[in-house]
Amino acid sequence: MAINVANSEPIAEGLFTWPSNDPRLLGSKCNNCGVVVFPAQSSCPACSSTSTETIELERKGKLWTYTIQCFLPNRPPYEGPETPATFKPFGVGYVELPDQTRVEARIKTNDVSKLKIGMDMELVVEKFMERNGKDVVAFFFQPADELN
Amino acid sequence: MDVAIIGLGMHPFGRTDGVSGLEQGAYAARKALEDAGVDWSDMQFAYGGSAAAGNADALVSKLGLTGLQFINVANGCATGGSALQSAYMAIQSGMFDIGMAVGFDKHPRGAFTVDPEASGLGKWYGDIGMALTPQFFGMKIQRYMHEFGISEDALVRVAVKNYRNGVLNPNAWRKKAFSYEDVATSDMVADPLRKYMFCSPAEGGCAMILCRADKARQYTSKPVFLKAVSVKTRNFGSFEVFTQAQALNRADAPTMKASKAAFEFAGIGPEDIDVAQLQDTESGAEIMHMAENGFCKDGEQEKWLREGYTEINGKLPVNTDGGCLANGEPIGASGLRQVHEIALQLRGDAGARQVPNQPKTGYTHVYGAPGLSGVTILSR
Repeated sequence: MAINVANSEPIAEGLFTWPSNDPRLLGSKCNNCGVVVFPAQSSCPACSSTSTETIELERKGKLWTYTIQCFLPNRPPYEGPETPATFKPFGVGYVELPDQTRVEARIKTNDVSKLKIGMDMELVVEKFMERNGKDVVAFFFQPADELN
Repeated sequence: MDVAIIGLGMHPFGRTDGVSGLEQGAYAARKALEDAGVDWSDMQFAYGGSAAAGNADALVSKLGLTGLQFINVANGCATGGSALQSAYMAIQSGMFDIGMAVGFDKHPRGAFTVDPEASGLGKWYGDIGMALTPQFFGMKIQRYMHEFGISEDALVRVAVKNYRNGVLNPNAWRKKAFSYEDVATSDMVADPLRKYMFCSPAEGGCAMILCRADKARQYTSKPVFLKAVSVKTRNFGSFEVFTQAQALNRADAPTMKASKAAFEFAGIGPEDIDVAQLQDTESGAEIMHMAENGFCKDGEQEKWLREGYTEINGKLPVNTDGGCLANGEPIGASGLRQVHEIALQLRGDAGARQVPNQPKTGYTHVYGAPGLSGVTILSR
């Protein structure tokens, strides 16, 4: 879906750089043990250090595992725009970003039946829904072969 | 101080319209007291849990206001296991001689609704459609199947077995056997897991009376002893439900840690277990938990299931009462149901589903969000 950037807001602050022509996920790296986590946090869940810095994560990675959500999630908490009539199963997976972490994300794809462990994925930031008259944008990963 | 289970009580699992969760808990508690031949006024303490049916300590208004120490327990799907562990410690420490572990619940129909913020996640996680436990189960088994060559056939076999066992259990919810084809062609829920491979939120109550082992025979000729109880939470790097990013280096699952600790404490190994209850929130969970608890190697489950090793007459019967699949999951009671079943099996009181050759040592395992496991080892 096309995004009107001026009339948009991210689904949550601090998850990715926005507005941006080349949005990146924001994680944090521990200054003590080097572990990278997403979303960014001020303490390290691996070594308990309270010294971390926010970093931009890689845009490309490989699908580590996935599932296909086959029913319309309960509201609340779900806020997606579908109705029972328009709902289509969607993918959710973990994408392994080299030397960083595996990020859980919704998968944007034209064909969920083609999802496969190990496939190349790329970050996309797209309109997810409308809220208070604004386009709410969220991050997804999409199979690289659908983008190139 | 060793600890014994001397009384067992259960309100049937499933759907009981017109009976509150609390009343189902009180029913189970009275059954357990009757089984042990004791009165509620004999109870020096109780630990109880309920996730969706009110505070467990409201039971005192049904059972009697005796002034006992009653502590509410809340630990996700492992609530029942945690109540039992607390009761075990209360006696093992020498503080009390006799008391109760109890749990009950009554969940609305449909998948569990999750509040992401209560689990320390951003609200966005629910907004976008990722706060669903079936997704985690689907993703964990998908990866496991990829790594260890587990096929869809194994997923189907677990479900068929557990529903078949449920038919033999008068307290089970689902008393209908499903054919292989029924399961294999049921609707896809969270790929690769299908509708009949999942358990559902349900209702029910379960209670047990525990006492000092040296006093157990005053009450019953068939005490069951708790040889080990262990609850562990996740380490950084284990793959758990509602993990927004996983570490690249995988750590042992909490189940592996709880299992290892329990076996070490009991001084025995997986080969000594005659009958087991393993958390089967869905088919994939039972398969992975067979290995995480040390009963087989990763990938061997294919053979185990094909050859019927986990059937009631197999070399390690698993989920003889039908497990979560046939009983549903009333969170507060579910972990206690597992212990109830093993205690029945060890007493030789399991009726049509009794494991042959007088099992001596049993094992229970419960897993809950956001990544904790409770294990017990029991013997007669």
